[in-house]
Amino acid sequence: MATTTAAPGRPAPGRPTTKLGSAALEVDERLIVAGPVRRTLNKVFPDHWSFLLGEIALYSFVVLLLSGTYLTFFFDASMKEVTYGGDYAPLRGVEMSAAFESTLGLAFDVRGGLLIRQMHHWAALLFVASICVHLLRIFFTGAFRKPRETNWFIGVGLLVLALLEGFAGYTLPDDLLSGTGLRIFSAVFLSIPVIGTWIYFTIFGGDFPGELIIGRLYILHVLVIPAILLALIAVHLLILVKQKHTQFPGAGRTEHNVVGNRLFPTFAGKATALFFIVFGLCAGLGGLVQINPIWLFGPYNPAQVSSGSQPDWYIGFLDGSARLFPPWEIVMWGYHITPVFWATVAIPGLMFTALALYPVIERKLTGDTASHHLLQRPRDVPVRTSLGAMALSFYIVLWISGGNDVIADKFDISLNAMTWFGRIGMIVIPPIVYALTYRLCLGLERHDREVLEHGIETGVIRRLPSGEFIEVHQPLGPVDEHGHGQLAYGGASVPKKMNQVGGARRAVKGFFKPIEEPAAVQAEARRETRGLEAARESRELTGSGRPTEGGRPAEGGRPSEGGRPQQEPRD
Amino acid sequence: MTTTDHRPGSAGGTDEPGPLHGGPDDDYSPERLAAMDATELDRLGARYDGVEVLHVDPAPAPGSRLEKQASRQVTLWFFLAGVFALAFLVVYVGSGWFLPTWRWRIDGSLWSDLYTPLVGLTMGLSLISVGIGLVLFVKKLLPHETAVQDKHDGSHFDRVTTAATLNGALTNSGLTRRKAMTRTLGFMGAAFGAMLIAPLGGMLKNPNTGNPLGTTLWADGVRIVRDDGTPIRPGDQEPGSLATVFPAVPGGHFSADSPLMLIRLRPEQMAEVQPRAGQEDFGYGDYVAYSKICTHAGCPVSLYEQETSRILCPCHQSQFDVTQGAKPIFGPATRSLPQLPIAVDDEGYFVARGDFPEPIGPSFWNIGRVS
Repeated sequence: MATTTAAPGRPAPGRPTTKLGSAALEVDERLIVAGPVRRTLNKVFPDHWSFLLGEIALYSFVVLLLSGTYLTFFFDASMKEVTYGGDYAPLRGVEMSAAFESTLGLAFDVRGGLLIRQMHHWAALLFVASICVHLLRIFFTGAFRKPRETNWFIGVGLLVLALLEGFAGYTLPDDLLSGTGLRIFSAVFLSIPVIGTWIYFTIFGGDFPGELIIGRLYILHVLVIPAILLALIAVHLLILVKQKHTQFPGAGRTEHNVVGNRLFPTFAGKATALFFIVFGLCAGLGGLVQINPIWLFGPYNPAQVSSGSQPDWYIGFLDGSARLFPPWEIVMWGYHITPVFWATVAIPGLMFTALALYPVIERKLTGDTASHHLLQRPRDVPVRTSLGAMALSFYIVLWISGGNDVIADKFDISLNAMTWFGRIGMIVIPPIVYALTYRLCLGLERHDREVLEHGIETGVIRRLPSGEFIEVHQPLGPVDEHGHGQLAYGGASVPKKMNQVGGARRAVKGFFKPIEEPAAVQAEARRETRGLEAARESRELTGSGRPTEGGRPAEGGRPSEGGRPQQEPRD
Repeated sequence: MTTTDHRPGSAGGTDEPGPLHGGPDDDYSPERLAAMDATELDRLGARYDGVEVLHVDPAPAPGSRLEKQASRQVTLWFFLAGVFALAFLVVYVGSGWFLPTWRWRIDGSLWSDLYTPLVGLTMGLSLISVGIGLVLFVKKLLPHETAVQDKHDGSHFDRVTTAATLNGALTNSGLTRRKAMTRTLGFMGAAFGAMLIAPLGGMLKNPNTGNPLGTTLWADGVRIVRDDGTPIRPGDQEPGSLATVFPAVPGGHFSADSPLMLIRLRPEQMAEVQPRAGQEDFGYGDYVAYSKICTHAGCPVSLYEQETSRILCPCHQSQFDVTQGAKPIFGPATRSLPQLPIAVDDEGYFVARGDFPEPIGPSFWNIGRVS
């Protein structure tokens, strides 16, 4: 590009003077990358914590790929019967599958193998969890609206694949816990009307459990699903880069720009840091917090089960749904549709279909076909927020019911009462949550409007000549003759404390003792062009941010008004 | 806006840029760029990418207390990351060498218990220290920029010109006129796609050959044995007890559909027994035998509460009453646990009198038509 086209050998301005510069020139003369690299480095990313949730999912996926590859060096995905003869004495002489034996080997015969296995498991839990929280952020802020529906569909696809991937991986060790889970899944396949028995026999290669399922799940887990995940993640990110990020409304932010940090160095530094922290968290958890101790469960045996068996958290809602669904079996001419079908195929199918189609549904209902790049605050879209809260509460009732036996045991509640709580709760709680959330949104909206109209509560109480006490309010902007603010609500967070509008300086830096001059901070606060400080340069502030003498905070801004309170007291 | 600074190749052109060459290189000569400092060049490139830097909070001044303190902190965290990584290596490599072994021992050893937590802790702390160091570096030692980048919703020009190129190709191909060819392409695509996925048909198994869903290993005269293979006589079990038993045939212990519960009822329970119609003689004395596989989702039902005669499945909490032919009385199960007809053979041991009269385990579509 511009600086690299000078021919070597000819004295020309801009010729590299350092070795590194010459090397860069050599590279760019061949690959012509300076332009794309500069465009990438200059890309602006909005700065908000909630935008990191998707990144956490991405980084835990990287941890999963790394740790999972390590595990494949030792794992033997075979259901061949072997007799254990390894280090773990309590299981010596026990017949088990080669898959279970090699998983034991990872814990007992491979140096550090247990750490990597547990890290892999924790990263998987974190992967699904961060996808879910990321999805909630996208949903509640309206980031799925046009033009981002495609990425929403891909995201829902990624979530479903992540669940399948997690289930497949969880089943591989062929231990008692996962074997029980697999058997329940076999009942799920079997329950599908008309073709259920065919699906069941095809998946297991015969009757449950057969000798093929672990090998088949293994190739799904290490090749097929990860490849699709990887491809979809790539498309997800490419679309994201192409469409650029959404951003919350705020000063200078429009539908046609992105305000934030450039990729390099700020965003890249923070993102790399987050990767290391996610990786470190998984490693720490993998070492310190035991997970899925399969040597305590033992190998799978169709005649055994332990009470209090719990799947990984993200499968819990299916378990809950299966527990709660009443014993309604539809029988027509000798053909059966079982409760397992409704609970574990129909209900989740509807849940995920509704989730995937939500952008389309909302477009149809609102008639809003415009492109949106500014996010909405959940309170400003009460119907969507309440629908989301309602769906979430339904999910949570199912999820809690997936562990209702553990809750019944720990809190000494009747198990049947827990089941009835779930059965009634899954119908009654969501509408209640809808109504509550709706009211909550309206209340928050009204409070925003009120602050815009009447100002921020200052905590300054004045006594009027009549003897009445009023609290002085600080208007956020110009006011009309009645003292009412004229600012319109712009979709951004409304400051509700004096400190947020410059009622107090920023804190002086230093942990044990100040490392900067308090006077310098004060001077900086005066120079600050934002907030109310600018208009009040001459006024002294005490440490608490309140005016030293009984002046009203609004006074400084509007000296012509004299001592008259600028607004009516609020009752 | 891109520069096409390729040299004409062997086609006989001169060694000069083509007419489309240009862009910023024409506007900004090397001399002009050389006169700009690094910040100006950075901002120039940024503007070229639609980015404007609005505001910069400068980094702390070099040599100031603030800068010294921040750089001390960052250095400390990076140093700690190295120390923890080294600690990881010492524990990882040293165990079994100059430290006690990491291997599991039945008599327990403190070091092998601590090994995995220690390697996890040191690795985790090392990685997190790198992360904290980087965060502090970005937050405390780099200038804080606020930049704004333009966003484009797509261009009408691009749409029209791209559509023209595509339409041109479609028109030239003549596919819109050559109907027979278009239809053949459709046919070819469908048949070709079917051919590609057809080999997956090798996975198909017919669930209806040989009635695998309706039969188990139990048959007339098959002895009922315990986990360890020993046969059972009436009187071996206490009243009120439940034993998980298996068919005495090869593979009987690991068969997924044959586990059986042999239950000896208490006298009080005997008074309440209401067998299912047609299965009144399936028991033997005060013994009854039910399939252990839950009719809901196939878990082994395991928890027997003899006071209430209930068997609970721990997976989804279906409850079955053993005195009423193992009828489901709570939870999601819809069918009774199938009962196995039992008897005692010449040597006085329990045997089956045949297979279950109905399929065991979860219901399926045509369960009513399988026996």
